[in-house]
Amino acid sequence: MTGITLTVNGREHVVEVEDRTLLVHLLRDELRLTGAHVGCDTSQCGACTVHVDGKAVKSCTMLAVQADGAEILTIEGLANGRELHPMQAAFREHHGLQCGFCTPGMIMMAIDIARRHPNPDAATVRAELEGNLCRCTGYHNIVKAVVAGAERMGEPA
Amino acid sequence: MYELAYSRPESLTEALALLAEDEGAQALSGGQTLMPVLRARLAMPSRLVDLQRLPELAGIRLVEGGIEIGAATTHAEVAASAHVRAVLPALADLAGGIGDPAIRHRGTIGGSIANNDPAACYPSALLALGATVTTSRRTLAAEEFFTGMFSTALEPGEIVTAVRFPACQRAAYIKFRNPASRFALVGAFVAQLPSGYRIAITGGGHGVFRWREAEQHLDGGGAMAAITEDMLDLGHFTGDLHGSAEYRHHIAAVIVRRALSTLA
Repeated sequence: MTGITLTVNGREHVVEVEDRTLLVHLLRDELRLTGAHVGCDTSQCGACTVHVDGKAVKSCTMLAVQADGAEILTIEGLANGRELHPMQAAFREHHGLQCGFCTPGMIMMAIDIARRHPNPDAATVRAELEGNLCRCTGYHNIVKAVVAGAERMGEPA
Repeated sequence: MYELAYSRPESLTEALALLAEDEGAQALSGGQTLMPVLRARLAMPSRLVDLQRLPELAGIRLVEGGIEIGAATTHAEVAASAHVRAVLPALADLAGGIGDPAIRHRGTIGGSIANNDPAACYPSALLALGATVTTSRRTLAAEEFFTGMFSTALEPGEIVTAVRFPACQRAAYIKFRNPASRFALVGAFVAQLPSGYRIAITGGGHGVFRWREAEQHLDGGGAMAAITEDMLDLGHFTGDLHGSAEYRHHIAAVIVRRALSTLA
């Protein structure tokens, strides 16, 4: 076991983890943040996407010990009380989900995309979402939601 | 995940000592290939030695005649680097097309070339551009470094610290993507260097290689449009469920012509 300190959604956690524990398992099983999903176990589906030090990564593809000292943001950390993050609101408005399994990863990646490409067009969003798989929607409404959410993120608050 | 130990050394010296003292230890860089491999138990090292934050492996530097990229530099950093864009734009394009954005945020150039996946993108750039690989022990030409499928000249306990590329504006990489894995079904890196044309192909199956017949054809004044798979040894290619050897062989010639046409 190794002691690590990490900040998750603004709150500092000091935890003991086995070296082999994946970050997604620490988040889900120890910290009870079950928004990040384990979809594929082969690093392809993106359902486990969270931000580590401000960048979208697949939390099933790093060890929790590698996140020692890092700032983690998960889907649970986006809303301000009852007020949804603009990207969450855009997914709701544009029906960017059906079963919802991929949605937390989609939204975390979408925010990352919006930061790197302010006001992206649909083609950019499709290219940037290639690491996030959805088996329900056919992607059209997800792309609409990301375009709209990114636009709203760019507006002055 | 199976039970393993993890170490995060503070310096290159400490990392090398950890790798030397434990025969079952494995260097870990971005982990975007290694972690899935470990989860599938295709490899089961007893200890991972994390190289990602070593200061000796960090940074992108302009050097005489080119650019040096620290081994722990991520694909996203290479793709976004103003230095790389200025002196070797084709390499920035290549890095920006590896995997997906989350993979590019963690995967590194050192990890990619040390693994030498026969369908990886970076090895073709190193081979075509005549890059040199600096390790914890020596400096190797790309030609000496890549020794076959998943195989390099690295000895046990030796790690890549940096890669040095020449500046080159006349270079291009085209990847014919496997849409599921985002690896190259076939990829071609072409460059026009002062010494002549260089063409490297990845994804063939046996590991990255130079298409010397096409290089000689171009250096002898032959037309780009005249390059066909008839000049390319089918023996470089293998088939799998994603495509036959003949298909890859044909696609290789097509994308080499496409890449060359972007230089014209």
